[in-house]
Amino acid sequence: MTETMAFVVDMLLHATPLVITGLAVALAFRAGVWNIGADGQFIAGATAAAWVGVSVPAGIGWLALIIALIAGVIAGAIWAAIAAWLRSRFGVLEVISTIMLNFIATYGASFLVRGPLQEPTHVYPQTSGIVSGAHIPILLGGTRLHWGFVIAVALAVAAWWVMKYSATGFRVRASGVNPFAARSAGLIDVSRVTAFAFVTSGAIAGMAGAIEVSGVTFALYENISPGYGYTAIAVALLAGLNPLGVIGTGILFGALETAAGAMQRNIGIPSTTASVIEAIVILAVIAIAQLRTNRVTTSA
Amino acid sequence: MSDVALELASITKRFGRLTALDGASLQARRGTVHALLGENGAGKTTLMRIAFGMLRPDSGSIAVDGTDRSFASPADAIAAGIGMVHQHFTLVPAMTVAENIALGGRGSFRPTQVREAILALSARTGLAVDPSARIEDLPAGAQQRVEILKALSRDTRILILDEPTAVLTPTESRELLQKARELVSNGGTAILITHKLRDALEFADDITVLRRGSTVWSGRASEATEETLVAAMLGGERTGAEMQRVTAIATDRNATVLSLENVSVRDDGGVERLRSVTLAVHAGEIVGIAAVEGNGQRELLRVLAGRMRVTSGDVRIPAVVGFIPEDRHRDALIQDFSLRDNVALLGASTRRGVMSWAAIGRQTRELIRDYDVRAPDDLTRARSLSGGNQQKLVVGREIEGSQTALVAENPSRGLDVQATAAVHARILAARDAGMAVVIYSSDLDEVLALAERVVVVHAGKVTEPPREYESIGRAMLGLPVS
Amino acid sequence: MIDATSAFLEGVVRTATPLAFAALGETVTERSGIINIGLEGSIIAGALGAVVGAGYGGVWAGFAFGAVCGCAVAAIFALFAVTLRADQIISGTAVTLLALGGTGTLYRILYGSAGAALNTPTLDPASIPLLSRIPVVGRALFVQPSITYVLYVLVPVVMWWTYRTHAGLGLRAIGENPAAAIAAGIRAKKVQFLAVLFGGLLGGISGGTLVLAQAGTFVEGMSAGRGFIAIAIVVLGRWNPLGAALAALVFGAASALQFFFQATGSNLPYQLFLAFPYVLTLVALAATHGRTNSPAALGRQDFEQS
Repeated sequence: MTETMAFVVDMLLHATPLVITGLAVALAFRAGVWNIGADGQFIAGATAAAWVGVSVPAGIGWLALIIALIAGVIAGAIWAAIAAWLRSRFGVLEVISTIMLNFIATYGASFLVRGPLQEPTHVYPQTSGIVSGAHIPILLGGTRLHWGFVIAVALAVAAWWVMKYSATGFRVRASGVNPFAARSAGLIDVSRVTAFAFVTSGAIAGMAGAIEVSGVTFALYENISPGYGYTAIAVALLAGLNPLGVIGTGILFGALETAAGAMQRNIGIPSTTASVIEAIVILAVIAIAQLRTNRVTTSA
Repeated sequence: MSDVALELASITKRFGRLTALDGASLQARRGTVHALLGENGAGKTTLMRIAFGMLRPDSGSIAVDGTDRSFASPADAIAAGIGMVHQHFTLVPAMTVAENIALGGRGSFRPTQVREAILALSARTGLAVDPSARIEDLPAGAQQRVEILKALSRDTRILILDEPTAVLTPTESRELLQKARELVSNGGTAILITHKLRDALEFADDITVLRRGSTVWSGRASEATEETLVAAMLGGERTGAEMQRVTAIATDRNATVLSLENVSVRDDGGVERLRSVTLAVHAGEIVGIAAVEGNGQRELLRVLAGRMRVTSGDVRIPAVVGFIPEDRHRDALIQDFSLRDNVALLGASTRRGVMSWAAIGRQTRELIRDYDVRAPDDLTRARSLSGGNQQKLVVGREIEGSQTALVAENPSRGLDVQATAAVHARILAARDAGMAVVIYSSDLDEVLALAERVVVVHAGKVTEPPREYESIGRAMLGLPVS
Repeated sequence: MIDATSAFLEGVVRTATPLAFAALGETVTERSGIINIGLEGSIIAGALGAVVGAGYGGVWAGFAFGAVCGCAVAAIFALFAVTLRADQIISGTAVTLLALGGTGTLYRILYGSAGAALNTPTLDPASIPLLSRIPVVGRALFVQPSITYVLYVLVPVVMWWTYRTHAGLGLRAIGENPAAAIAAGIRAKKVQFLAVLFGGLLGGISGGTLVLAQAGTFVEGMSAGRGFIAIAIVVLGRWNPLGAALAALVFGAASALQFFFQATGSNLPYQLFLAFPYVLTLVALAATHGRTNSPAALGRQDFEQS
């Protein structure tokens, strides 16, 4: 395999969780929900998928994968639902609650892999490997590239269609851009619509975690997410919150992370440089958008 | 010292593509009440905000007592002796009267000292206030007194009043304008922004008329007549703009479309906004609502339109009631959405499955055509339309969307005479087509011009006094009508 | 048992100190109407700044440089939130991410790849004569690293400034109704910018405290969400400087709980204690719903809109 090929495979591998979490974040932001908790929802999904993967009997074959993915989706949805409930019932700022839940998820996973779910020898802080039936099939023979990437793209296309053509998507968009008009002119139950979008966002991020475990790591360990949930913010914003755009920006950031890893190995530049670049991207997107708005807005 | 206290010369101000002021001028002589007259959107408030330093002019000059000035912020204008009482009060609701009046001072803040200073000023000017009361607990008239005291407390020699009678009852308005005359008798200058001809003629010494951002007439009030002023304000554009006086049509007991029985509404803070209201609106009639802001009319309108839940009582309204809210920017339209998307808001909550964009697009284009909305096409963003055209679209969407009932809240707010006429025509047409219409306006003249029945809301209770100015004015204040 | 309680109380105040600094600064910021989610970024920047500064000039140089770094990060946020009037939530998040990534990168470049442990000078607890003899709380309150005493002085000063000066009145007015403040002649944008810088300054000191009065070293991400917890503390303290300091004690107790349980030999998983402050934050925010009056214009992007 050529070096370029290896890079592309790595890039798409990195891109898969970024596209899916980017999608989750884009959906939430579109609905006016600041879901900064994609990381915690990812971890919840990964944990659930790993738990399924090590608990089901080997005999059920590929059914294990299906159950694992569903478990991941549900776990991510529940993790987001906590913050969604705190938001609608108590008015708790979701940016803070989701970040708190990120920390709680990290400690929860840490506890599990050092305790109840730890591998039998009790040496390493991780679970044992998941059953082979729970593995995602390989997409490209001879590489690690798995079908998760295809799932990611399919999800993005589906999300784009729903946003543009479905009544639900319209209600979500309206609520996100102007909840007052949505309520007054559209009689939309903004509270319910945004909560639904919030939970769905968590479900998608949970799916990303489940795919990561089922396709790449085949086990759960600490730091299963190297900050995907935060990079996802850059992915989503740079794509203009457009689900199709997220495919492109997800791949772009996948390339960035791959390159950053290589740079650290070969030249010694810290891989955290990637997160700096991601943050600068977010700031640049915000600045450009705001400058445009400031020029247009007239005050009288 | 110059005879002219404040002079604004050839002021031009643009906001993006919109030219708000085009060579506007004003000369206010010291010791006079100067009325700045013009219809909505003529540029009066913009001109005075420039005088107060809230906006910078693109060109033109400002001179105070003959000296050229340049104001970077209200702080500079205040230092030059200019004070402004704003149309929408610039008070901090959660703070006390004392804190509000003291705002903007320097150094350490001693509550007792401030309190004494306020009581002294209050006695001197005859404007009574309680320094330790919180603004949000005070009625509009008292809040306005605080606004005025705030402006006067800073050694103000030129006082600008922006539509001061907008939130007052007829009686309170007269008292305020008389007070303004008293203030200038001490050598100060008052500039009164208003669109009310009668107030200008009765209380001002000089008048300046703005139309479309330019000064079209200025001179002594004694030399002006209602006709000359109207001609100046409207520029001879007769677009059927006179508010049609509606004669009481014999409504032969048409069906009741909107019905409220013993309805009470309590807000989030537990305050009762509507108390046991009973009201029926019939097909083919226009019911006008007259009220001083904050007396419950907002809640009444929303209950009638099905936009607000009631705490108790019986509400019988059609499934879809058209609603034209006061804040069209925020509540009626999504500015960054296309016109088509905005029309799609109609019935958005109950739509299932897929959006039929083609059909909605067709519907939007019909609305644009039928309601004379000046827009390139249905995919234009709402933001690029003028206020009048936005409102025409909203009116069209709501009327076509309901066909049975329409509730309008200050529908001509911020619109020029042409757009206002168009909106009024639509409202009357809706009535003629058999719709039940409810209209509220903070301008009593507008209500009387359109509605054949007028109900008054005061402190959450609804009454129906005789349909004439004085009685309604008294009812708005909660005074006995006789 | 007395020893465990005593150690616990000392731990409470010690752990609360960085939280109190950050919350105090954020209280002033939020009173001006700006919610600074980038506070976390100021804290971590202050931590790294403290290491660098202390390496050159000792502990107090460390605090000073940490404060400067915290202020610089806040300046970036202010540029977006106050000058450009971009959305405060997303701007703050971006600034925090920038600071977290930036400090990680800088640390590795300056001090080596895997982040080796450093020998940074630290502050030992300094006992205040007489006052430290008070039974039960004397040791807890008055035998602390002297940066804590700076806090004791700062809280009443900020209180006085906020409620007894015209400048403080103006600040509070901006947070309630910016249009009113502007109409009264107050330069709202300038005041907001300065309020954000002040919050960042104290955030930097908070980070400095983590390094110079606690850990003695820098670890990537060592702010561990304290900036966000501080925001919850501001809510709990009802946007009042003294309230923030007292509420910080509650969270200090939550963090110090693990020491208490360790001392009494408990078998509960340590992750439970690490997670507790975050859970407490959620509970506190939910519990204070509707009962506190936040500054009416908090988070508002546009001075005109209502």
